[in-house]
Amino acid sequence: MTINTDQPLTFSPLHRLQWEEAQQKHVILYPEGMVELNQSSAEILKLCDGSRTLPQLVSDLEEKFATTGLTNDITAFLEVALKNGWINQH
Amino acid sequence: MAGSTNTNITPPRWLTVELTYACPLQCPYCSNPLDYAKYPNELSTEDWKRVLSEARKIGALQLGFTGGEPLTRQDLPELVKHARELGYYSNLITSGYGMTEEKIIQLKEAGLDHIQVSIQASTQELNDHIAGTASFEHKKTVAHLVKKHGYPMVLCVVIHRENIHQMPEILAMAEELGADYLELANTQYYGWAHANRNLLLPTKEQFLKAEQIAQAFKEHVAGKMKIYYVVPDFYEDRPKKCMNGWGTTSLTIAPDGVALPCHSARDLPGLDCPNVNAASISDIWYESKAFNFFRGNEWMQEPCRSCDEKEKDFGGCRCQAYLLTGDMYKTDPVCSKSPEHGVIQEAIDTAARHNQLTTNEQPLIFRNSKNSRNF
Repeated sequence: MTINTDQPLTFSPLHRLQWEEAQQKHVILYPEGMVELNQSSAEILKLCDGSRTLPQLVSDLEEKFATTGLTNDITAFLEVALKNGWINQH
Repeated sequence: MAGSTNTNITPPRWLTVELTYACPLQCPYCSNPLDYAKYPNELSTEDWKRVLSEARKIGALQLGFTGGEPLTRQDLPELVKHARELGYYSNLITSGYGMTEEKIIQLKEAGLDHIQVSIQASTQELNDHIAGTASFEHKKTVAHLVKKHGYPMVLCVVIHRENIHQMPEILAMAEELGADYLELANTQYYGWAHANRNLLLPTKEQFLKAEQIAQAFKEHVAGKMKIYYVVPDFYEDRPKKCMNGWGTTSLTIAPDGVALPCHSARDLPGLDCPNVNAASISDIWYESKAFNFFRGNEWMQEPCRSCDEKEKDFGGCRCQAYLLTGDMYKTDPVCSKSPEHGVIQEAIDTAARHNQLTTNEQPLIFRNSKNSRNF
C-alpha cells in the first residue's frame, strides 16, 4: 500500500495509542492484541491526527529533531502502519 | 517437584476476568470447568476493582471481561469505567444475549474498547441448537449495533463437526455483518468440549477443506477484515505454545477469585491455585506455587527435556497432557515426538466411529447447571 501525499493521515479510531509507564514505551492496542513501539515510530504516529499530509509530517519532524532526509524512513514506516490498519487516509 | 528458580519472571500482560459462571447459553464446547456448579460464589464489585487495580500495577494491559456471560453482572459498566481509568484496553467477550442498544452506549461511555460477539453457526436452526437458546437473530442485531456505535467488531465462531460444513456461509455472514475481525476458533478440547469430543471433532478431510476455504477468504478480505485462525491442534504435529508459556503473559481470575495461569488449570491436581481474597495479585504472580509450577523448563520430562524445540512450545499444553495421558508433566501428546502421540489418532478414530451413530444414541451434553452437577 502506498501513501497518498495529498491526503491527511489519521490514526485509526479502532486502535488506541498509549504511553505505558511499566514498559517505558508507547504501545498500540487493538482487539486482543498490542504492538510495542520504538520512540521514532511513536513520534510519527502521534502526528497522524488528521491535520497533516505526509510532506507536512516529514517537515514537522525534521524541524522538531533539527535534521533532514527523513522522508524515506517515515514513508516506509507509514506504509507498514497503513497496511496494519493503524492509520487511515480519507 | 515442579517449580522454577528462574528469577527472570516477566510481568503479566493479559488479564482475563471470568466475572461469573452464569450464562443463558448452553454451548457444548464451553471452556468453563464441567463442575462449575460447585463454585457459585462470585467476587463483589469492590473485589473485582481491587483485582483490576493490582494487576494493572504490575503491568497488565489487555483486559478481557468474560464468563459465563459477563452481561449478567449488573456492575459491568462500573467495572469497565474503573478499567478505563486505570488505562486498560478492555475487551468484552459476550454471547450478545441480554445486550441492548442502551447498554452498548452506556458501556462505550464507560470506556469499553471492543466487543466480541460469538455466533454459533450461519443458520438460525443450527445456531439455536448449539447455543441451546433461541439467539441467532438477536446476535446479528447486536453485531450491527456494535458497528453502529464505533466499536471494532469481532465476530467469534467456534468451529466443530456440526458447523464446519458451513464455513463458506459463516465467512459470507462475517463479511455481510461488516466484522473488523473474525475469529475462527477451532474447538480446543477442554472442559465441556472434552466431554463432547466424539461429537465435535471433525475429520481431517473436513478440517483441511474448511481451512482451505478460510485461507482463500483471508486473501479476499485483506485490508478490510483480519482473521484470527485458532488451529485445531489434533491435526498438527507440534503442540501449541500454550498461553505463550506458563506464568509468562496471562493471568485469569475465576468468578470465585481463584487465580489461574490458564483457564483450565483449575482441573490440574496439586497446584493449590491461590485466591485473590487471600493474597495480592503481585504475590500470586511472582510467589505462588501454582504460577511457578511450570515456569522455565526444569519440570520437563523426556522427550521434551533434551528437545531442541523446547523453548519454542514449552512442551505444549499441561492441561492437554493431563487430560489425555493422566500425567501433567508429560509431553503434550499432540507432539509427534511424544511416545503417547497415538492417543490423538485414537481420539480421531473414535470420533469418526461416533459420527456414524444417531444423536439419540450419544447426545451432546449441553453446558448447564443440571448437567454440571453430574460431574
